[in-house]
Amino acid sequence: METEKVIIVKDLTKSFGDFIGTNAITFDVHKGEIFGFLGANGAGKTTAMRMLCGLSRPSSGEASVAGYDVYKYPEEIKRNIGYMSQKFSLYEDLTVKENIRFYSGIYGLNKSQIHEKTSSLLDQLHLLNEKDSLVKSLPLGWKQKLAFSIAIVHNPAIVFLDEPTGGVDPITRREFWEMIYQASANGTTVFVTTHYMDEAEYCNRVSIMVDGKIEALDTPSNLKRYHNAKTMDDVFLILARKAQRQADQ
Amino acid sequence: MITVRVNNISKKYSQNKTEVLALDKISFDVNQGELFAVIGPDGAGKTSLFRILTSLILAEEGIATVDGFDVITQYKEIRKRIGYMPGKFSLYQDLTVEENLNFFASIFHTSIEENYDLIKDIYDQIAPFKDRRAGKLSGGMKQKLALSCALIHRPSILFLDEPTTGVDAISRKEFWEMLKRLKQQGITILVSTPYMDEASLCDRVALLQKGKILSIDTPENIMSQFKNKLWAIKSEEMYPLLLALRSNAFIEQSYPFGEYHHVLTNNEKELALFAQNYNAELKIVDPTIEDCFIALMQNHVNL
Repeated sequence: METEKVIIVKDLTKSFGDFIGTNAITFDVHKGEIFGFLGANGAGKTTAMRMLCGLSRPSSGEASVAGYDVYKYPEEIKRNIGYMSQKFSLYEDLTVKENIRFYSGIYGLNKSQIHEKTSSLLDQLHLLNEKDSLVKSLPLGWKQKLAFSIAIVHNPAIVFLDEPTGGVDPITRREFWEMIYQASANGTTVFVTTHYMDEAEYCNRVSIMVDGKIEALDTPSNLKRYHNAKTMDDVFLILARKAQRQADQ
Repeated sequence: MITVRVNNISKKYSQNKTEVLALDKISFDVNQGELFAVIGPDGAGKTSLFRILTSLILAEEGIATVDGFDVITQYKEIRKRIGYMPGKFSLYQDLTVEENLNFFASIFHTSIEENYDLIKDIYDQIAPFKDRRAGKLSGGMKQKLALSCALIHRPSILFLDEPTTGVDAISRKEFWEMLKRLKQQGITILVSTPYMDEASLCDRVALLQKGKILSIDTPENIMSQFKNKLWAIKSEEMYPLLLALRSNAFIEQSYPFGEYHHVLTNNEKELALFAQNYNAELKIVDPTIEDCFIALMQNHVNL
């Protein structure tokens, strides 16, 4: 049985003048899959992700996300995905509760849903005592877990995570990944970038971008077997060392 | 010879009327020519420690010396002798690569030519972009420029605050190779990082968490202090496996670790049976620094 595809990408390309940021990439992501999107700095990951999130119009190629075409329905895509990055996800000067209420409202939840979500999230994250604290006073690990929960507050088909665990302590990093496992078990597709190669092992499948192209795409165990490598770190080094272009050229 | 001495250093910040203890009576020494890493997550106190040692902020308590000079009373001497690369890119964005380097050289009454041999290895990689404004460089290039600027006055000690954060695996490797070559020139290097896997590249490491040193030693010694037997288990479906592990009383601890889950158990027979039932691969593995850090954070094992 063919599993449902929630991201379909064919020859997707984005050029900036002479520079081809993302060069004819092709791949599918299945419902509930944890999909690792790896690449060196400057390989074209962010450019590709921005197109998939409906934030940037491709130069050519095709892509549909959550059933919506990226050219025709970018606004629909935004409503049906969640997004979280390491850099910005929450309002630091709002409290925990206010952030939950704000994002729930933005994503169109009604009053009773917001009420329900707020109490269930505070409970799950053990943040009841912190509900009226400003987000900026929380430790980074708590912030990131809260940001992830808020990114999926509207039960999106897909959640995009851009380096969600940078700088987080090793225990919280694992708690974070368990939240990802859980979301995936509930049918949410997880599209994640990371610089931690051990986290690449947690993904169902991993793609590695080099110089704007997808150089490899498979399960971590197949990638290791194929490249005769012990770890994903080794696979990454073998592939990414081929890069010709510097991150800033 | 001891180059950096930290004795009972504490640092507090007040935040929303509550006091946060960033550093809690920290003590350690760094020897001359050593490559020493302070490893810990965000908020552990790494930056506070580096700012105290570079004479940029004052500790509430304790004494610290760098190259034999006190960080409070003799800070001017210290500033002549150290190179400092802060975690946040702090060069002049509107000056070009070459202008930045010239600027820092002239501040220290020297010239690029005089110390070129020290930075050649690093600067050669960015020299093709010497007329580009620093603000227009990529992360990796900014990092190389910042390191060149920190080295241009031939410091005896280098303080690098999270130079590899957010940097991809390849650039991280290259950066550590550069550090090794600098160490060979006799420069003492203190570096901080949140990446546990970088520990093995250092002479000694201090594991820092919530302002306290959890352990300080060579990476080998830290790992050899992990007393418990560590198991690794793997099956087709990893998340259900983790949940199943957790539901068993003979599992003391289990957490994802790369392609395996790492497991501590009080009953090896039960664990072996469990693995058989789940058709899972089970083996004993050597603990990594990250396993040690987790154990120390939880005080789960005697370490």
